[in-house]
Amino acid sequence: MKVARSELWAGRTLLLALMAFTILPFISIFMTALHPSGTVPRGLEWPAHPQWINFVTAFNMAEMPKLFASSIFIVLSVVPATLVISTMAGFAIGLLRIPGSRVLLFLFVFGLTLPFQGIIIPIYFLERAIGIYNTRVAIALPLIALYMPFAVFWMRTHFVNMPSELSEAARVDGASTWDLFWRIHVPLARAPVASLGILTSIWTWNQFLLCLVLVEDPTQRTMAGGLGAFQGHYANNVPLLCAGTILILVPTLLIFILFQRQIITALLQGSVKG
Amino acid sequence: METSDNRPKVLVNSRRTYPNKRVRRETFVGWLFTLPALFMYAFFVLVPFLLTILYSFFRWNGVGPMTWVGVKNYVSVFQVPNLIGTIFNAFWLVVWFSFIPVGLGLIVASVIHRVATGRFGSVARTVLFLPQVIALVAAGIIWGWLLALPGLINQMLKAVGLSVITRAWLGDFHWALPSVGMVGVWVLLGFCAILLLTGMTKIDPALYESARLDGASWVQEFLAITIPLLRHEIGVCLTVTVIAALAAFDIIWVTTAGGPGNSTSVPGIQIYILAFTQRAIGLASALAVMLMVLVVIVILPIQWLTRESAQ
Repeated sequence: MKVARSELWAGRTLLLALMAFTILPFISIFMTALHPSGTVPRGLEWPAHPQWINFVTAFNMAEMPKLFASSIFIVLSVVPATLVISTMAGFAIGLLRIPGSRVLLFLFVFGLTLPFQGIIIPIYFLERAIGIYNTRVAIALPLIALYMPFAVFWMRTHFVNMPSELSEAARVDGASTWDLFWRIHVPLARAPVASLGILTSIWTWNQFLLCLVLVEDPTQRTMAGGLGAFQGHYANNVPLLCAGTILILVPTLLIFILFQRQIITALLQGSVKG
Repeated sequence: METSDNRPKVLVNSRRTYPNKRVRRETFVGWLFTLPALFMYAFFVLVPFLLTILYSFFRWNGVGPMTWVGVKNYVSVFQVPNLIGTIFNAFWLVVWFSFIPVGLGLIVASVIHRVATGRFGSVARTVLFLPQVIALVAAGIIWGWLLALPGLINQMLKAVGLSVITRAWLGDFHWALPSVGMVGVWVLLGFCAILLLTGMTKIDPALYESARLDGASWVQEFLAITIPLLRHEIGVCLTVTVIAALAAFDIIWVTTAGGPGNSTSVPGIQIYILAFTQRAIGLASALAVMLMVLVVIVILPIQWLTRESAQ
């Protein structure tokens, strides 16, 4: 496309301005994190003597190794379970089209509009009643359930578009429903399952409300939940708070930079289909 | 259990002789496949959903006996300014979380589409998308510092000679909500821009070329081609961002916790405070039900309008 020179520069300037708007906040907290702990620096100011030790202090105060282990534990219990059970359900609804699958689909899609806050109160009392309140399981189990509307819908969209000849051929060869699922359709569903895995991992890592309500001990939470508690304790120590925030952001940012193409595609498809 | 050798025969035979038995068996197995998902969903989503509705008709402090109060909690939600006010605030937030990111996102997407197709464009895409992957809590903490009295925003205002308007943005009754809204713009702009951009790349370039041959300006092109053909993507952006606004919690909780006064209080925040600090479970549940109804009422027309035109 041919574009006028003036438009070219106006457009690039706008983009550069918006990129600065996106990046400056990160630079600001990074510089602030290097100021002496307990001081109140200005928003964007390189310190005379950078205090790299702040990162170590924040690392210890936020009990980062425990928090990290806890987040990993929660992600590893939520994501595989979500993938397995939503793929199975999506297969039954989208491909087997069992009687009642329309009703089932409607039931799951209905959940797409439910904000977490709408149902968090009974979840709290339910978990107290069954005795899992204040454990990592208290976050993991409801999260798996809360992902079901999206995850089932996502997998169903994949299975509904699979050609039926494939299944019929397998049936003629004598495949049972389980063979059909495990040997033929699961290997073909790798791409949507991988995207779903990326999405649910990010969402779990960043989950805050469930942590706040269901787990009092910050070291039993996810990264975002732990950060919320850290902010509660060190709200007045800006450099330390910034250092802690950066430490918690680093894993997410690293993963984003490594897998940016997959993550962007997954998040976009996720919203279009969802 | 059958062995795999005799299965083809059984299947072929059963199709003729015992169709019902085979169908019934397959249905049964199919339902087994959905059971784990269904069970989790029912236990942790559907049951709590129904319980929220049930709680909303009671007065309850979470431990003592429950007292039936009919629709009194709903009446309170409408009458108490602090409660109904959260719903007004939520709609105000829609302007910031939804209209600005979608509007600005359209402009950004068309700029990238027209002038930044190469390296620069892909860097811009990655950078703008960045806030979407970080935790909202982290976004809130970062902006809490930027908007503080000694923070970056005031520093920049002073640098351009606007020291008169510097203030603690999040502590100001008038400016706290727009300030929180800015965080929403920061988080959601890139998401909307990139989503709209992917839609734009699917538009046939020949349309633009013929428009340009007819001497159409950028604005005419934008209004006559881009917007109508992107209706589906715009609908998706609106749906996602409107839900983000109405159900906002994380950003507001870490920046203002609803304050100062109730100037940034939204339903999510008020539900949390009512239920878990004031122990007014019934009232909190009534507000939760209203929030869920509100989301459906707002989302359905958006979905309906954009889906119809997509065909």
